Amino acid sequence: MKNNWYKFLAVGLLYYVLIWGFLGRIPRQPVLHETARNLYFHVPMWFGMFTMLSVSVWNSIKYLRSPQTLFDTKAAEYASTGILFGIVGIATGSIWARYTWGAWWTNDVKLNGAAIGLLIYFAYIILRGSFNDEQQRARISAIYNIFAVALLIPLLIILPRMTDSLHPGNGGNPGFKPMDTEHTMRIVFYPACLGWICLGYWITNLRLRLKNLEQIHQENS
Amino acid sequence: MLKEIKALIDKEIRLELRQKYALNGMLLYIVSTVYVCYLSFRLKSNQIDKLTWNTLFWIILLFTAMNAIAKSFTQERFGRLLYYYTLASPVGIILSKIIYNTILMLVLALVGFGVYAVVMGNPVEDMGIYLLSIVLGAVGFSSTLTMVAGIASKAENSATLMAILSFPIIIPMLIMLLKISKNALDGLDRGSSLDEILTLLAIDGIVLVLSVILFPYLWRS
Repeated sequence: MKNNWYKFLAVGLLYYVLIWGFLGRIPRQPVLHETARNLYFHVPMWFGMFTMLSVSVWNSIKYLRSPQTLFDTKAAEYASTGILFGIVGIATGSIWARYTWGAWWTNDVKLNGAAIGLLIYFAYIILRGSFNDEQQRARISAIYNIFAVALLIPLLIILPRMTDSLHPGNGGNPGFKPMDTEHTMRIVFYPACLGWICLGYWITNLRLRLKNLEQIHQENS
Repeated sequence: MLKEIKALIDKEIRLELRQKYALNGMLLYIVSTVYVCYLSFRLKSNQIDKLTWNTLFWIILLFTAMNAIAKSFTQERFGRLLYYYTLASPVGIILSKIIYNTILMLVLALVGFGVYAVVMGNPVEDMGIYLLSIVLGAVGFSSTLTMVAGIASKAENSATLMAILSFPIIIPMLIMLLKISKNALDGLDRGSSLDEILTLLAIDGIVLVLSVILFPYLWRS
């Protein structure tokens, strides 16, 4: 019970987000209108993805410092959850973009960054698949994980600041921050981020336990 | 340390000159690629716009770099790698490989640019900055790809892996290079590409530092 608090937190927060996200008041804005509610679902996906991927890289670093299989499994599983969040983030963004920008996909820095991040992690999965030796797979995929993320950072942090984006709040587009004077959006948005991250942690934990059971089963049979 | 690096670079160059077919093969690779592009475009019209000219050149360079550097860990036999392992420090080996590959890329890129400018026309207005972008590109490509080649060489099916592992992480570099070279092509004021040049230098720095930190782990396996 004590160790399961995050599950209750995830369920509670996400119910709150679902209900209050659709019923709560939001500031009236041109272009966005009611689609601004996507903020509670689309944006937390990126927070979730970054959290999951950071944990994955952290585990890769830990693996290189002291090679234990647990760290490698964790790095891999957090990376897959991160990919899941990324795919859902792109899907929710794409549907939203169809109705506000009029296209499924645009040549926007943030979209490109997300797509490249996903490509890197697909490559990571394929790299993992191409080894038979477990230790070698663990070490080399950890090296790639760290190397790739360090190169992704300039892309995600520096480039978006050098060019304009179509996203709300960038390049003269209306964002929610200055309009949200009554904090009606903020009180849903922050819990949403936390809730989705807790859910990601939960998913990863389930997968880790499944992996563990599979391993025990293999050893016994 | 410096002596060791120098000796290792010396060895690489000697090895390359001894097997001339490899070097000549790469030179022929870039020349024939340029010619294929020339013929493919000429069929449509004699004029291609500057943007296409620039992008095409960098794509050709990227693929040449991939092919030239992919072999840097696979051309030597396993026994000989083991022998180096006992002789040299991993930092010496990665630095010597990066420096050697940079020299190789510079030769290939400059020859490639010469041929490209002759057959496709040369619309560059600020030659100094364009050459600088080629030099920065050669350094960046060779350092990133050397590390990725090291990673890919450990796995099976390394040719495909080399491409999928390196493309996403080389994109930030490529975007910067395209911007600098486009500015040089249009003969814009040199101050306008200063930001990009600094970012590129920073990325190159990150790659070098990471290679030095991570390669010892890769080398051990």
